[in-house]
Amino acid sequence: MERTDRKLGLLSSLPLTIVLLLAFLAPLVVVALFSIMPQKVFSLANVPDFSAYSVFFSQGYYKSLLWSLGMALASTAILLVISWPLAYGMAKVFGRFSLVLTIAVVMSLFVSENIRLFGWVLTLMKGGLIEGHLRAWTGVGFDSPLYGVPIIIFGLVYVYLPFMLFPLAQGIAMVPDDTRQAAADLGATKWQILTQIEIPLAAPGIVVGSLLSFVLAAGALAESKILGGQTVIAIADDVETAFTFGQNWPLGSALSMILIVIIGGLALFGVSRVDLDAIMGRKR
Amino acid sequence: MPTSRSTRIALFVYGIFIIAFLYLPLISVGFASISKARYLSFPIKRYSTKWYSDAVESSTVHDLLTTSLSVALLVTVISVVIAFFGALAFARYQWRYRTTFQKLILLPIFFPQTVLGLALLMWFNSIGIIPSWKTAVVAHLVWIAPIATLIVAIRAYSFDPALEEAARDMGANTWTILREITLPLLMPGLVSAALFAFLLSWGNFPLSLFTTGADSTLPEWLYAKMVSGYSPLVPTLGIMSVCGSFLIIMVALSIAWLYRTNKEARAARN
Repeated sequence: MERTDRKLGLLSSLPLTIVLLLAFLAPLVVVALFSIMPQKVFSLANVPDFSAYSVFFSQGYYKSLLWSLGMALASTAILLVISWPLAYGMAKVFGRFSLVLTIAVVMSLFVSENIRLFGWVLTLMKGGLIEGHLRAWTGVGFDSPLYGVPIIIFGLVYVYLPFMLFPLAQGIAMVPDDTRQAAADLGATKWQILTQIEIPLAAPGIVVGSLLSFVLAAGALAESKILGGQTVIAIADDVETAFTFGQNWPLGSALSMILIVIIGGLALFGVSRVDLDAIMGRKR
Repeated sequence: MPTSRSTRIALFVYGIFIIAFLYLPLISVGFASISKARYLSFPIKRYSTKWYSDAVESSTVHDLLTTSLSVALLVTVISVVIAFFGALAFARYQWRYRTTFQKLILLPIFFPQTVLGLALLMWFNSIGIIPSWKTAVVAHLVWIAPIATLIVAIRAYSFDPALEEAARDMGANTWTILREITLPLLMPGLVSAALFAFLLSWGNFPLSLFTTGADSTLPEWLYAKMVSGYSPLVPTLGIMSVCGSFLIIMVALSIAWLYRTNKEARAARN
């Protein structure tokens, strides 16, 4: 039985492994190679130099990177705060309403991100759903909150909410009720229960949720373009521009590599710490 | 520790508030799609279904839908096959590189999709493949096949390997076991994986943007029109796409429900 298991395991992993080797790892190798080519070439048959990386510093691309990382950090922190009560409700309080909430959140994921962000533009713009109606009814309008850093962070929070909510709910479900009850009986305050019992025991969910939303937000592009106008350029936007308008593949590749190393490093670190058998199914 | 009544009510209200927050933008898009004016301004003064009839008649729209549908259907079929075997390797069999495999398939999900799309574009270019909707299928697979695998894996964790062993003891070969035992047991997981694969491919933008070449999917067209050259068809097509997704979910859920009641009825008769 064990021998067949080993053989079947290897065989059945093959289709997915082949797809990932050919269409995930190979493209990454190409990016890495292009990033050390001289500027503005379109083939790998050149003498390598590292000029694209020096451009990153000399032409201020590091600013976009810092903006992207900063906005990702801010949105992750906000998500953690606003998702916690909801995740707590889903795990411990809501009962049947949890299922309704889960379906509502998952369904929203199936609507293309572009359409949802565009909906926020229509909602928040001057003469939009909110301001337009307010002005028609009361005569008082207000300036549109669009096209600024706060609205980009708002967009990131909106789009990545499910990626924080579900792992967090999973994490909170892992906190035993008895432990909380015991702490309360021994006279712990609500704050003490939160910081000393719930947060440490729900840590796996907190880590996975934060990591997912941070990593996805750091590589995001549409929020800063659709909601933010041109106030701040996200690093993913710079990558796209370098490839398309700039026609500079080595620069785009170098920017990608920097993003990949930071995000990939974080993702690998997080993934290596998570026991997938324990989270997804039974522990054997 | 029972939660107090007032806290329960507050959490409940908060939950409803979050659902409203998630769907508010779609309400705006919905109103915009039935406004008669070419340039939008709320409150809407005159309603009309003009843009819907325009959309139905437009040949651009037909092309966009055909491309999006072809990509999504092909991605669904291939993902489900890959996910069936992938999930067995992920959850069922004990083999040497299992944990490595489990972690490898998470990486594309955690990866910035814009960068992945561009990397694929350069890769196709290096090996001399001209991008079209078929290369977009490959791009979608990199992201969707792992997600589908995880969904099937949840199901694969919960079935009893003893069933397969019993079949083997009675002389069934590996292929028969897969077809007669494993496949039916994983069916619910495969159906939801198919649903997810289709809808995620249907709505995907960053991977399509760089890998469809001269072809164009619906999310790409919408994005192009949002960033430059607004067209009143944007909200209309947006709503049509959303309704299409919900219709598919409803059809899938009712089929699943019919299948289950039918099975229960048969079980009751025997």
